[in-house]
Amino acid sequence: MTFFLDQLLNGISLGALYALIAVGYTVVYGIVQLINFAHGEVFMIGAFGALSTWIVLGTVTGGSTAWWNLPLMLVGGMVVAVLTAVLMERFAYRPLRNAPRLAPLITAIGISIFLQEFVRLFFGEIPGFPDAKAAIPFPQIDFFTGDPVNVGGVLVHRGNFFVIGALIVCWAFLWWFVNRTATGRAMQAVSQDPDTSRLMGIDVDRIIVVAFAVGAALAAVAGVAHGLRYGNIDFRMGFLAGLKAFTAAVLGGIGNINGAVVGGLTLGVVEAMATAFMPGQFGGPSWKDVWAFVLLILILVFRPQGLVGAKVVDRA
Amino acid sequence: MLEVKDLVVAYGKVKAVKGISFTVEQGQVVSLLGTNGAGKTTTLRTISGLLRPESGEIWFEGERIDRVPAHKVVMRGLAHSPEGRRIFPRLTVEDNLLLGAFARKDAAGVATDLERVYDLFEILRERRTQPAGTFSGGEQQMLAIGRAMMSRPRLLMLDEPSMGLSPLMMQRIMSTIRALQSEGVTILLVEQNAAAALKLSDRAYVLEVGQITLDGTGEQLLGDDRVRRAYLGED
Repeated sequence: MTFFLDQLLNGISLGALYALIAVGYTVVYGIVQLINFAHGEVFMIGAFGALSTWIVLGTVTGGSTAWWNLPLMLVGGMVVAVLTAVLMERFAYRPLRNAPRLAPLITAIGISIFLQEFVRLFFGEIPGFPDAKAAIPFPQIDFFTGDPVNVGGVLVHRGNFFVIGALIVCWAFLWWFVNRTATGRAMQAVSQDPDTSRLMGIDVDRIIVVAFAVGAALAAVAGVAHGLRYGNIDFRMGFLAGLKAFTAAVLGGIGNINGAVVGGLTLGVVEAMATAFMPGQFGGPSWKDVWAFVLLILILVFRPQGLVGAKVVDRA
Repeated sequence: MLEVKDLVVAYGKVKAVKGISFTVEQGQVVSLLGTNGAGKTTTLRTISGLLRPESGEIWFEGERIDRVPAHKVVMRGLAHSPEGRRIFPRLTVEDNLLLGAFARKDAAGVATDLERVYDLFEILRERRTQPAGTFSGGEQQMLAIGRAMMSRPRLLMLDEPSMGLSPLMMQRIMSTIRALQSEGVTILLVEQNAAAALKLSDRAYVLEVGQITLDGTGEQLLGDDRVRRAYLGED
């Protein structure tokens, strides 16, 4: 039983990480019907932004790992990630707004390679920064790293507290933002009918930028979570995480924020359970990606609108 | 108030509007009549900035607006209630109305206007927390008009407000238009139902395949033989 709870918690925490990234895919898709396949790189950049912030802080603090580094690292990661996403939208995607769908897809691949190579080649060139050609240790912030905590017999990895807490806070923030602010209402309007939204006085270009920025901010949080959970980050981490998060977004129903959260958690738990309980050679970490994508295929075949359901065609 | 000069609008190589000119004076109700494909909707969409004209000019209150993006046109006091109502189906009635006031910064004025719309259409008040997509056509039309009013426009463009409505509901919409006019709102109306539109109109223009073929006061056109045959279904 303890082993089961252990794995369940592990799955939820992994799923929360996926969910934080998946929101970025789903929000952008909901507004412009674009799958931003470079979003995984925004997540990676967010982690490197947070690490950079910590290194710069270290010149003053002498490499302190006290808890108050964390909010500063989060802000630093978000700024870098949001900036990357906004520039990406402005210079790579906006010129292709009315192009055939294949064009932005190819562009996304180009942006991904560019961002990965940029980090790989230049991160270590900045004086005082570590070489990024291999994995870099992520700062071991007090409380969120270190020995697991025993909660009622279940050993909880400390990074899990951060990931799950972050998802709850971000989800609550998003709910408030989308449903209770004028900008959020405008985002919903644009996702339902862009032309009519313009007649309301909504600057659709600005709303698209907001969608990219919100997704990037959450991806940066996920980047920090990844660093705390695994203890290191590397320039390739965005690829598989991005693919998994995209899977999560589709599982839940792309375009639907709650769907991204449900899809992320589902995917994480299925992966953890498959790793722990699949018999023989089919279990274990080497097959977990197989089960994740088997789940995707099953959902696409039997419930293509996703678990929660995506956009409904209900225009009168 | 609104002046359209030699307007040409094309979709690719196909010209939908082929050089039309007309004016709307302050306080008037002006109708554009014509069959499907005559270019009425295209004309409205160009005035509100959703489409770019190929040539020609559009002037609103002394300023040229044919290069102004749609979201800035509404800020100048020109609202457009589009064809097919186009309410936001998954948002509540109240959210739909508030979106109509998106460009406004005066929260107090918005609250007043919200009450005004609710007073005008009591059903909207009763159902203000329901998703607009669950409404009947007539209710959606009230919502669409109410939403356009929320920007407090000086010129309101209504595209086919009577489409798909029962005669009773249609009466309701027409009397609303008259009420708006008496409040000082200028109205540019596109209608299939020529008889109802002409009764309201101070001035009307008949469009045929992208050109204005006839114009006059509402009364003149109601009495015109060609209009009676082509649009009022009389022989």
